[in-house]
Amino acid sequence: MSVSLLLLVVAGIGVMGYLAGSWRAGALAGGKASSLHSRPGYYGAFVAVWSVLPAVLVLLVWIVASPIYIGSTVRDGFPEEVKAEPQATQNLDYNMIGAISRGLSLLSAEERTALFADGSAARTVLAAKGVPLAADPAPYMLTSADTLNRMTVASGLLRSALVVLVALAGAFFSYRMIAPKFRARNRVEGVMLAGLLAASSIAILTTIGIVASMLTEAIHFFNRVPAWEFFFGTVWDPRFAAAGAAASAGQFGLVPLLAGTLYIGFVAMLVAVPVGLFAAVYMSEYASRTLRSVAKPLLEVLAGIPTIVYGFFAMVTVGPFLRDISAQLNGLATGNYASFIQAQSVLTAGFVMGIMLIPYVSSLSDDIITAVPRALRDGSLGLGATRSETIKRVILPAALPGIVGALLMTASRAIGETMIVVLAAGVAARMQLNPFEPMTTVTVKIVNQLTGDLEFTSPQTLVAFALGITLFVITLCLNIYALYIVRKYREQYE
Amino acid sequence: MSQVSPMSSTSPIGISARPGRRDIGLGRRYAAERRFRFYGMAAIGFGLLFLFLLLFSVVSKGYTAFQQSMITIPVAFSEQVIDKDNERAANPQKLVSANYPVVARNALAKVLGVDEKDRAGLKAVNGLISDSVRTQLRDLVVADPSIIGTTRDVTFLASGDLDSAFKGQINLDVPEKDRKISDRQVGWMNQLAESGALSKHFNTGLFVNGASSRPEAAGVGVALVGSLYMMLIVLALSLPIGVAASIYLEEFAPKNRLTDLIEVNINNLAAVPSIVYGLLGLAVFVNFAGFPRSAALVGGLVLTLMTLPTIIIATRAALKAVPPSIRAAALGLGASKMQTVFHHVLPLAMPGILTGTIIGLAHALGETAPLLLIGMVAFVADVPATPLDPATALPVQIYMWANEAERAFVERTSGAIIVLLLFLILMNVGAILLRRRFERRW
Repeated sequence: MSVSLLLLVVAGIGVMGYLAGSWRAGALAGGKASSLHSRPGYYGAFVAVWSVLPAVLVLLVWIVASPIYIGSTVRDGFPEEVKAEPQATQNLDYNMIGAISRGLSLLSAEERTALFADGSAARTVLAAKGVPLAADPAPYMLTSADTLNRMTVASGLLRSALVVLVALAGAFFSYRMIAPKFRARNRVEGVMLAGLLAASSIAILTTIGIVASMLTEAIHFFNRVPAWEFFFGTVWDPRFAAAGAAASAGQFGLVPLLAGTLYIGFVAMLVAVPVGLFAAVYMSEYASRTLRSVAKPLLEVLAGIPTIVYGFFAMVTVGPFLRDISAQLNGLATGNYASFIQAQSVLTAGFVMGIMLIPYVSSLSDDIITAVPRALRDGSLGLGATRSETIKRVILPAALPGIVGALLMTASRAIGETMIVVLAAGVAARMQLNPFEPMTTVTVKIVNQLTGDLEFTSPQTLVAFALGITLFVITLCLNIYALYIVRKYREQYE
Repeated sequence: MSQVSPMSSTSPIGISARPGRRDIGLGRRYAAERRFRFYGMAAIGFGLLFLFLLLFSVVSKGYTAFQQSMITIPVAFSEQVIDKDNERAANPQKLVSANYPVVARNALAKVLGVDEKDRAGLKAVNGLISDSVRTQLRDLVVADPSIIGTTRDVTFLASGDLDSAFKGQINLDVPEKDRKISDRQVGWMNQLAESGALSKHFNTGLFVNGASSRPEAAGVGVALVGSLYMMLIVLALSLPIGVAASIYLEEFAPKNRLTDLIEVNINNLAAVPSIVYGLLGLAVFVNFAGFPRSAALVGGLVLTLMTLPTIIIATRAALKAVPPSIRAAALGLGASKMQTVFHHVLPLAMPGILTGTIIGLAHALGETAPLLLIGMVAFVADVPATPLDPATALPVQIYMWANEAERAFVERTSGAIIVLLLFLILMNVGAILLRRRFERRW
């Protein structure tokens, strides 16, 4: 039985259990529902839970454990000289055996006997069945593949039998436990609570997954490239992963990427912070209700537009526009119509990213400004200050920590932004201060290193994980600090 | 101020003779006030200006993508070209590999009156026809071999260059050698357009076709299906898990270190750059668990992890908005905690939860960076049958087209962006309507 069919059977047993359990509870009550501890549905649910949950757990364990067990048994059957080979070669052999076993299961009985009598034809026979092999298999491989096949089939049968048995046993015992005094609801609710807890622990699992997966890959990287060369290297030149792997010694310097990231982020903040702050102040202090109800959602549309659209906008509209206008300006000034702004540049990427960040700054600061107590405003206005003076001298200082927190969160977004810089910032990793020239960022290089064919063994690929964990740590620190500030500030006025 | 001093108002000398009110800088202060207001309005105007510029730029470049130039001419399925030695009965493969572009070229040359000996002319004629005519005519002939030897009216795609020129996107004032379409071809184009053979049709191919290196035949069909699979996976996983997690955190969790940790965690996960999720997906789902690369399943799982924090935050807000009196009433009538939550609180919070979910889904739909890393940047021509088959997604398709150089691809890219934005608008409007319709103020 396939896994999905098995699950269906288990679900069927569960439904039957539910019906049987509710019916039995009803029968025990004998028409007097108040003599039961719980409503009949809960007894049914109790039986259903006991038939499904243990069976599914057994199935999961089996799915994970059986390939490992079968694999080790098959490897134990290898001839001694094969066992002496390095682990990597053995893995290749094992993969080939897997392919052969897949091919074997497609053969008819006669073809099988013919193949076992004469193993040399294996490659052509299997290729005819649509299973290509990399090389002619060694004789032991056929027997190993046969063992693998037989064990897989046996494991499948055993699995089905065991799972169905567990489901039935669970249903039977829980059915037997039903009695009027039995606290079925509490049991079922206990299981539900465990389920809710499990769901909320996924958040933690995700974080652990991010950190663990990136750390392991990054450690593989640092085994080949010293950490100090990565963190303090000023040249980014990874070269290509050569087939031999060992010969390709690239240089993986983080500094130029980080410089580009921070520079572009700085330009973006230069656009987003004043515009966003003024917009937030105007929205919360001056705007009429109608203007606010129109302009605020419209500005927030900017946050809902996918970043790839911004990237495209930067690439085909803003970049060429800046290039052409710089050529015109240059022509007016010097008579030489050469553009000094390149289409892909720090300015293009930073400016468009800044537009994207406006709504983040404005809505976060709007919340914070609105949270400043009314009394502070009234006090200041009552003493004769104009509105702008109230804002500048009372509200903004009072809201400052919160706004700083909001800006830090925005900055972390700018640092982690990918698509705009991929399309508009360029790929040249260099360190310079001219905003009209292209620079590149950490995120661009992660994308560059990981698109295309990959081998998980070359430093060219693994460096992406080192870059990723750097990015993760930076944004995490910014966010935790920002959250801390915002939280502390909120408590101040509550 | 009007009643500052009744004395002075009676004074015949009048205001001008007074020693003058003390200058307390009111004018300066009011000017500063006006300036400040102006800055605020300018900031909002700046934001809105760029919103409109962005939309205008995309729409003006992309609306033409929904129309496609097609050529309708009588095509002679000449036996000479398709099956010279009449061996199709013995070798059906012959019909598949026949030189169909020549069939179309000859037909067009005949309509345009180009001589068969004029090699340069024939080559130029060929430049008007899309390469996709090969499969189109082949499918026609293979489906019904009896049309060989007859003449039929066939509508096929014009080449990308002709399409661009016909839509007026190629500047014809540029010297001939610098543009992709020659003067002679332009003449033919006008001739065909006048006779009605060349006309613009609604571009169904854009929504149906998969990837193609020829812009006129490329479409977002595969990407739409891939995105649909991913959205279904995200919805099926993130809604139940997100709601369960929020119920636990909001209604059951004891206040302790673990709960605090989960809370901080979720807030941070919401702010983790999306590309990091791509790295996670690559390392865990593809490399460790061995799922296929480029599959919609992996994309869906990655986007689920990415969307979960958003949904959890929205759901918790919705649960918080249900007044405690509802809970108290249910508990007071003897409901258990679990019954209170599932029978009373959750249904009341549902509109808010769904709104949050739709917004989370809309975000996931537009996400590109993590999908690039798990290999969805792939040239996929066939519509994926299951979520395990290679697929692309709408934003990834936009990214791939954005990297193509040809003019016709700029139009396609903008067209695909319009499609993506339409979906996002639809989802957001749905969320707003849902909120308007069901939101309750307590």
